[in-house]
Amino acid sequence: MSDELTDIYQELILDHSRHPHNFRTMDGPSRMVDAHNPLCGDTLKLYVRIENGRVVDASFKGRGCAISMASASMLTDRVKGCSLAEAADLFETMHHLLTGTGRPEPTDLGELGALAGVRHYPMRVKCATLSWHALKAALTEGEPAMVSTE
Amino acid sequence: MGLDCAAESITAATPTARWDPGAVRSDFPALQQEVRGAPLAYLDNAATAQKPQAVIEAVARYYREDNANVHRAVHLLSARATAAYEGARAKVARFLNARSAAEIVFLRGTTEAINLVANSLGLQAGDEVALTHMEHHANIVPWQLQQAASGAALRVLPISPRGELEIEAVEGLLSTRTRLVTVTHVSNVLGTVNPIHEIVDIAHKRGIPVLVDGAQAVPHLEVDVQALDCDFYCLSGHKLFGPTGIGVLYGKAERLSALPPYQGGGEMIRRVSFEGTKFADPPQRFEAGTPHIAGAVGLGAAVGYLQGLDRVAAAEHEQGLLRYATQRLREVPGLRIIGESPDKIAVVSFVMEGVHAHDIGTVLDHKGVAVRAGHHCAMPLMDFYGVPATARASFAFYNTREEVDRLVEGLQLAREMLA
Repeated sequence: MSDELTDIYQELILDHSRHPHNFRTMDGPSRMVDAHNPLCGDTLKLYVRIENGRVVDASFKGRGCAISMASASMLTDRVKGCSLAEAADLFETMHHLLTGTGRPEPTDLGELGALAGVRHYPMRVKCATLSWHALKAALTEGEPAMVSTE
Repeated sequence: MGLDCAAESITAATPTARWDPGAVRSDFPALQQEVRGAPLAYLDNAATAQKPQAVIEAVARYYREDNANVHRAVHLLSARATAAYEGARAKVARFLNARSAAEIVFLRGTTEAINLVANSLGLQAGDEVALTHMEHHANIVPWQLQQAASGAALRVLPISPRGELEIEAVEGLLSTRTRLVTVTHVSNVLGTVNPIHEIVDIAHKRGIPVLVDGAQAVPHLEVDVQALDCDFYCLSGHKLFGPTGIGVLYGKAERLSALPPYQGGGEMIRRVSFEGTKFADPPQRFEAGTPHIAGAVGLGAAVGYLQGLDRVAAAEHEQGLLRYATQRLREVPGLRIIGESPDKIAVVSFVMEGVHAHDIGTVLDHKGVAVRAGHHCAMPLMDFYGVPATARASFAFYNTREEVDRLVEGLQLAREMLA
């Protein structure tokens, strides 16, 4: 099997996709965003609870490929406890990492660095960025509660 | 059949012996390459087909030697370009067995052809258009736009779980207000070949015209529009081994004559003044602006290439691939084929338990096997089967059993890795 394939489908990503963390609806979220990838039909709902300028809880529901499920699972793990500014920074960092437009060191990102492999697959980048666009919308007052990666 | 046993057994033993995919493969430069370290197995022909050298060269030679605008100037190059463009129209007319080349309108593709008819039909509030549950978005959305603009209604003809049109339900969904039945000849997801003859019979008994979306049919079936007796037939050049950006609307002469223009501009007029404009007759009436001349020339070359093949043997080869692929795919645990009509072209859509179609697509890509994963521009059909997406392998006459084997090996790997 080629290295690129094991890179994109490494064990950590497969674990998250098979057993996604925070895979649940949320009662009374501060924000709920519907995210949709019209390219493949994948949809997910991202829920966040914000208290005193901090993300205190994050969860998601939906269906999609291994990459989009793993990305959303890792996102919800990571964003919990972040201030709004930190979460916004995290979006920027991940956006650069996944689209290959910046050069953040995956090692600084912990588990999230495992998603860096999608940079080699232009057709799969939107799978990984779907939940992150939902997060950005959830953090921004006045943003529509619906995002699309197209 | 009346044949003796010996003759039948010979027929059965050598169903594809007349066809050598290796020989035709050499006509297709794109098939000669490796991708990701493996020979390309191109199984995405329903999205677009590869182009034979004859098409590539016809387009290049047109630009190299004959390039000029058509129907305008008196100089020699314009005469050659016009002859090439109109020659392509005549070739397409013969290919479809149209009565006359004037029944062939060159457009961008099937999508534009359907949009033309939808826009020009003059639908009004209370009118109805009947279409099937297995249509491509190109045969749904143009009608929805007209629905919004005119107040006309859509009637959806149901399909069975096997992916066949419920033909007995068609009659009951037609009414005195039905202006058109619009139906795909072959489903791009299911591969199902629809019974166009029967549909046309039912519709014509009530005086209702029928439009057929032939985009997926013409690469596989020999289409005779007079025998089908449909009123409109649409196709895309790029799925027929021709260039992108060129397609055809066939319409019976009396049907085309009854339609007003779709777009205005040069080429489509007889006389223009500020008081009013007299439009040209079909097909020029529907070809506003400088057309895609090179595309038409390339499509003419594609049609010529196909007519040089033994298309009966090619179709038998494709059916052999379909049977083999269906049998091999059923060996893959957790795999479910979607679309099980006995009357199919060589398209196999499937889902795999626990593995998303996009992940299947990426794993196969690593093996050099190109398939399509997604909703295939048929979201109502995905909803019908309750799946967000399918993977789809679609074959052409240049594909081989070895490529089917590589598809199955890739699927086994996807299952081991991801399920």
